[in-house]
Amino acid sequence: MNEDYVLELEHIRKEYPGVVALKDVTLQLRRGEILGLIGENGAGKSTLIKCCSGAVIPTSGKIRINGKEFDRMTPQLAAENGIAIIYQEFNNVKELSAAENMFLGRPIRKGMVIDRKAMEEEAAKAFAQLRIKINPRELVKNLSVGYQQMIEIAKAIQQNAQVLIMDEPSAPLTNNEVESMFEVVELLRNRGVSIIYISHRLEEIFHLSNRIEVIRDGEYVDTLITKEATVDQLIRMMVGREMTQKFPPRKPCIDESKVVLELDDVCGNGDQHMSLKIHAGEVVGLGGLVGAGRTELAQVIFGAKPKDSGRILLNGKEINPKSPREAIDLGIALVPEDRKRHGALLGVSIKNNINMPIYKRISTASVISSGTEKATAEKYREEIQIKCPTIGQLVKNLSGGNQQKVILGKWLAADSQLIIFDEPTRGIDVGAKFEIYKLINDLVEQGRAVLMISSEMEELIGMSDRIIVLAERQMTGELTKDQFDADTIMAMASAVVDQRNAG
Amino acid sequence: MENNINAKLENKSSVNVKNLVRTNAIWLVFLIEIIFFNIFSKGTFLSGNNMVNIMRQVSYYGIASVGMTFVILIAGIDLSIGSIITLVNMICAFILMNMPENPMTFVVALLVSLIVGILIGLLNGTMVAFIGMPALIATFAAQTVFEGIAFLITNGRPISGFKKAYPAIDFFARWTVGPIPICAIIMVVCFAIGSFILNKSYFGRYFYAIGGNEEAAELSGIRVNKMKLLIYSLSGFFASLAGIVLLSRSGSAQTTVGKGLEFDVITCVVLGGVSVNGGVGRISGVVAGVLIIGCLTNGMILLNVSEYIQMVVKGLVLAAAVGMDCLSNKGRAT
Repeated sequence: MNEDYVLELEHIRKEYPGVVALKDVTLQLRRGEILGLIGENGAGKSTLIKCCSGAVIPTSGKIRINGKEFDRMTPQLAAENGIAIIYQEFNNVKELSAAENMFLGRPIRKGMVIDRKAMEEEAAKAFAQLRIKINPRELVKNLSVGYQQMIEIAKAIQQNAQVLIMDEPSAPLTNNEVESMFEVVELLRNRGVSIIYISHRLEEIFHLSNRIEVIRDGEYVDTLITKEATVDQLIRMMVGREMTQKFPPRKPCIDESKVVLELDDVCGNGDQHMSLKIHAGEVVGLGGLVGAGRTELAQVIFGAKPKDSGRILLNGKEINPKSPREAIDLGIALVPEDRKRHGALLGVSIKNNINMPIYKRISTASVISSGTEKATAEKYREEIQIKCPTIGQLVKNLSGGNQQKVILGKWLAADSQLIIFDEPTRGIDVGAKFEIYKLINDLVEQGRAVLMISSEMEELIGMSDRIIVLAERQMTGELTKDQFDADTIMAMASAVVDQRNAG
Repeated sequence: MENNINAKLENKSSVNVKNLVRTNAIWLVFLIEIIFFNIFSKGTFLSGNNMVNIMRQVSYYGIASVGMTFVILIAGIDLSIGSIITLVNMICAFILMNMPENPMTFVVALLVSLIVGILIGLLNGTMVAFIGMPALIATFAAQTVFEGIAFLITNGRPISGFKKAYPAIDFFARWTVGPIPICAIIMVVCFAIGSFILNKSYFGRYFYAIGGNEEAAELSGIRVNKMKLLIYSLSGFFASLAGIVLLSRSGSAQTTVGKGLEFDVITCVVLGGVSVNGGVGRISGVVAGVLIIGCLTNGMILLNVSEYIQMVVKGLVLAAAVGMDCLSNKGRAT
């Protein structure tokens, strides 16, 4: 037993029927430190923290909080012992005020009546402690995602949390919001709160943490002092192999004579005056801040949302897709950002997912040709190396990277000419990212055209042949490969905003 | 089946036995039910006469449950089928009584009945898919409206006496092939069609996809609204077919004949393992569900259980079936 540790997880093992999620994971959190927890998707980070919160009961292993030993946690026990978790999805009620959300489920009362004033004062105090400016009376739906997260943190602190576990806290935030979140996290550490910080973004881990724990495939790999660790070392530990290149090389394959997609002054779905061209064999990156109108543009091209004016030309012919079905039949595909909600059919097999857009085509008098169905699925499983025991496997049992491959396989089966990627590697671990990039290369090398929306600057610059930047629903710039520069892109992405602020 | 593959990788024998019991639990329940009723009815339950009786009773549940299976598979619900059955009874009988007596009238009466069912289904589908009303409310409204209309046709009086002119109406529920009533054969054909649609046709794949995730289905190129329209029309069609069978069985049309039938049919389907959350379910399970509920109804009547106790029992069965479904979903989530 060591007095230094506020939270210790020892030899945690968690089995599900048929799967071992955690084999033997140990984690020690020192008082007043930030421990970065990293690992590829499916490494078991989420399961591990759910063991701390009581949402998951470990098959075996010990949990020790301030030296007190537990076999398992319950949500009540976790709260009593000062463990709080900030999940990616916030537990807030949008129609209630910031203060009411802070005291959700345990309001301050005067007898039967809720004491709104006391709650607002307490909330204001908690916000002041974290040096954040939120009006306690403001309805949560009017607050930005960053502030909503702050309410969650303030709530945890108000409840005397000693251990704060943050699961990908930066994922929904803009750059500015991330910076203020960092300040709050550091402030808390200096006050003696111990923090487990989970993130895919290594630079954040380096910026914040004192120590870094790496887990892989449900097993503990190592814990490093942050100052002594290097990026390559961490990636190697996470992936289990050497990663030399971030972006695979691509053969030059742009066919300038063949314009696959042309937008001519397209307005619709909130976007204004979009004009662009994508050639065969070309990857055009679409940069900009969240909310700049990139996903909205993709929806218009894919027929999911109607356009108001302008022309969309595919291979020189004007098209006007009114539904995804029409767009798909024309040869347009969309790999959406929210894979679980919009992309893959999780409860359906790999085989069915891949064949979904073409079932009508491979059916005679509505009867599916099961031979073709199977052959198609096997073909793409082979071609894009979907790792699975059989094509009958349900997609929800696959890792994020493999799910993304299934979605891609679906569009390859549909023989799409233009593939729109919306944040192609969001939430995908480092090793699988590289494979997705390779697949994008394969696509353009086969003469397809790719429109890639990305908020990751590195990815945008590394993968695109040309970059178009949007800001506030308008195009603010277009860069050729020799002009690529992170600062220029950022300037263009915030161009309209600046003008407005100036004026 | 697909889940089994994973299970096989580890812990071979015990998991497989568990799965075997799990997937066949419903047939086990059915078996126990039969034995129970047979013992307590002192052998009457399994007598030849009663078996034929059960087949007749079960057939309209079974026929209607095929459409309901599709609806629940896409996480919808159709509360209107009871009133479709009533309305079809009234309309069919009304035409038979009021049009000139010739064989064409018989055909017209049947066709109109089926078309009425399909039209009500289309209306339900329009409300759910294109207006975006919750299925529960939309079909509940339809239920009330069409029950009222059925009542208005004769101001609540039953229609009988058409059997003399059209003895052929007996075909559906009274004629038999050997000992098997025609309606049981119709039911089996409906199950076969349902199973075919779900397993062999591309529509089935679409249904599962929509039930699993509507948005992703739409973005995969499925016209979700069109499919919903199709599914609710199919539900209407199968309900009206069940209505015709019921009319044939009773020989007269009553304004209360379909009352509460949607409840029994939903119970059959959910008991048969079709998840109320959509995306999961097979016809084979529904067959078992139909047999269990059919035998339960018949057995309780045989044992002279009061109608009110029957209601209590059936309500409990529905709650238990949905409860099991939800519990197993919970298990999957963690």
